Amino acid sequence: MKILVTVKEVGEAADDFEIEGLDVGERFLEYDLNEWDDYAIEAGVQLAEEFDDVEVVSATIGPERSEETIRMALAKGVDRAVRVWDDDVAAADLDVAAKTRLLAAVVEEEEPDLVLSGVQANDDNFGATGVSLADEVGFEWAAVVNHLEMAEDFSTASLHRELEGGIEELTEVDLPAVLTIQTGLNEPRYASLRGIRQAQSKEIAPKTLADLGLDASAVESPIERTAMYEPESESDATYFEGDADEQAARLADVLREKGVVGR
Amino acid sequence: MKPEPVTDGGEAEGDVLAVAEHRRGDLRDVSFEAITAGRQLADDLGGELHIAVIAGNVDGFAETLNREGVDTIHTVDAGEEFNHDLYAGAVESLFEEVEPAALLAPNSVNGLDYAPAVANALDLPYVADAVDFAYDGGFEATREMYGSKVETTVAVSEEPFAVTVRGGEWPGAEGAGDAAVEPFEYEFDGDAAGSRVVGFEEVAGGDVDIAEAEFLVSIGRGIEEEENLELIQELVEVTGATLSSSRPIVDNGWLPKNRQVGQSGKQVTPDVYLAIGISGAVQHVAGMKGAETIVAVNTDPNAPIFDIADYGVVGDLFDVVPALISEFK
Ligand SMILES: Cc1cc2nc3c(=O)[nH]c(=O)nc-3n(C[C@H](O)[C@H](O)[C@H](O)COP(=O)(O)OP(=O)(O)OC[C@H]3O[C@@H](n4cnc5c(N)ncnc54)[C@H](O)[C@@H]3O)c2cc1C
Repeated sequence: MKILVTVKEVGEAADDFEIEGLDVGERFLEYDLNEWDDYAIEAGVQLAEEFDDVEVVSATIGPERSEETIRMALAKGVDRAVRVWDDDVAAADLDVAAKTRLLAAVVEEEEPDLVLSGVQANDDNFGATGVSLADEVGFEWAAVVNHLEMAEDFSTASLHRELEGGIEELTEVDLPAVLTIQTGLNEPRYASLRGIRQAQSKEIAPKTLADLGLDASAVESPIERTAMYEPESESDATYFEGDADEQAARLADVLREKGVVGR
Repeated sequence: MKPEPVTDGGEAEGDVLAVAEHRRGDLRDVSFEAITAGRQLADDLGGELHIAVIAGNVDGFAETLNREGVDTIHTVDAGEEFNHDLYAGAVESLFEEVEPAALLAPNSVNGLDYAPAVANALDLPYVADAVDFAYDGGFEATREMYGSKVETTVAVSEEPFAVTVRGGEWPGAEGAGDAAVEPFEYEFDGDAAGSRVVGFEEVAGGDVDIAEAEFLVSIGRGIEEEENLELIQELVEVTGATLSSSRPIVDNGWLPKNRQVGQSGKQVTPDVYLAIGISGAVQHVAGMKGAETIVAVNTDPNAPIFDIADYGVVGDLFDVVPALISEFK
C-alpha cells in the first residue's frame, strides 16, 4: 500500500510586517509546515505503523527552501519525498487548478492507494486542492475528516466529517481516495532525534514540469492577485495603555462596569 | 453597495447558479446569504439568479428559498441528505443546462466537499472564501490571507468561473419572491456511489454549557503549554467566569470539546467575551462575534481579533493575567 501526503510549507506573517507589492515582504515571513498537513502526516505514519507494507510518500510544490519543512515530515516517519519545482513554477501564481495538475502528475507516477491532504493551507486558505485533485485523478474523497478507520484490506475508510456546530457526519469512502484532514484527528508527534538523523538520508526527489510530463502551460492561471493591503479595522476598539498593571486595572474596571464579575 | 439591476435583454450569458444548503431537514443560513450574494453578482452580470436545491424535501425548501431576487429554483429530488457525489453530479448537470456565467456556493464544510470537484470537472477558475466581490467587466473578489492579517483582491480573467462565499458576509435574503420552480431530473444511485453517508453524531455535551454563560474567559494558543492553563483557571475562579477556548486547546486535549467556541464548536453570546491569546481566525470568530462586549488580550497588535474587539489590550498574557487576578483577589 502506498499513502501520498501533500505537504505544504506556508508563510506566516510576523507581528510587525510590511506589504511589499503583492505580498508580505519576504523578510517578514517565517516558514513552517502547514498546521493541517502535520495532522495528515501523522495520519499517514500511524497507518504505516498499524498495517504491514505501507509506504508513506510526501509531495510538495515548493522551492529548495521547503526541503527544511520536508525534512520535518521525513523525521516524523514519512519514507521519502517528492518536491515539484522549476523556473516556470516559480514564476507562476499557482491557482487551485495548477496545483491540481502538478499533484495529479505526481499521483499518476506514484499510484498511491490513499492521498492525505490538509483541509486548508494556513497562508492562502483556499481549502480546495485535495478535493480538486480527487476529481482530477478520479479518486473518491472526503473533506474535513476528523476521525478515520481503515478497513483491513484498504478497500474502504470509515470516517467522520466535522460539520458546523458540533455535528459530525459518519461516512464511508471507497479507496483509492483523497481525504482532507482536520486538526484534532490525532496528536502529531514531535520528530525524535533519531528521526531527525534518519531523515537526513531519506530521499527528496526534485521534479521539474518536464519530469512530470508537463510543460509551462500546466501552471498558467486565469486568476491573478491584483492587490494586497492591511484591512481597515472595522472596530473602534478602546485600547488600554500603560504597563500590564495599568492595563489590568482598566480592564477590571470594564468588567465591573459590565457587572459580569462576581456573579 | 448593491448596484441598480441591469435589465436583461433576453440573453442568458450573465446568469448565476447558486447552490443552497440544508441539514437534517432545515435550510442553513448560508443558503439565504448565497441568494443575496448571487443576486448581487447576477445584477452586475446583467443576468438571472438560479438556485439549486438538492436532496431532502426539495419542494418545501423551494418554498422557503423563494425570496426576493430569485428567478428560478431548480429542485433535484434525489437522496435525503448531502452526499458529495450527488451534489457534484447534480450541480455539474445543472450547470450544463443553465450555462451560467458564474457558479456560487457557500464556503461551508459541505461546500469544501463538493465545490472544488465541480470546478475541476467543469474546468472553472475557482476562488474560495470570498468576503466581497465585484463584477465590472471582469470578476474581482476580496479574500483574506495569512490568518486574516491581510486582505487581497484576485481578478479572474475567464468566464464562467466558480466562487465560494464566506458565511456571515452577506445578509440573508428576505422578502417573498416569485421564482419559477423547476424540477430537475438527475439520476442518482446512492448505493453505487463511492462515498456513503451513514449517519450523524452530535459531539460535546457534558458538564457546562458555555452557550449559557454571561462571562466567558476564553483561552487560545497563546497559552503555549498545558501547565499554564492553571493561570487561566485562577482568573476564572476569582472572577466567577466560565472557561472556554479556541480550537487548538481542544485539539491538544487540554480542554474537552464542549469548551470550544467557533464554527465547529459552540456559538456563544455572553455579555463579555474575554479572548486571551486568541488570534481571531474566521472559524473562531464565527462562534463569538455575537458577544455583547469583546475584550482581547494579545501580544500582536495586528491580530485580527482586535478588528472585532470593543476593548484591546496589546500585551503579554503572562503579565496581564496575573495583574488582573490581583485586581480581583
Ligand atoms: C473547517 C474548520 C473549522 C474550524 N473550527 C474552529 C472552531 O470551531 N473554533 C476555533 O477556535 N477554531 C476553529 N478552526 C481553526 C482556526 O482556523 C484557527 O486555527 C484557530 O482558531 C486558531 O486558534 P488560536 O487563535 O488559539 O491560535 P493562533 O491563531 O495560533 O493564535 C494565537 C494568538 O496568541 C497570541 N499570543 C501568543 N503568545 C501570547 C502571549 N504570551 N500573550 C498574549 N497573546 C499571545 C498570538 O499573537 C496569536 O494571535 C477551524 C478551522 C477549520 C479549517
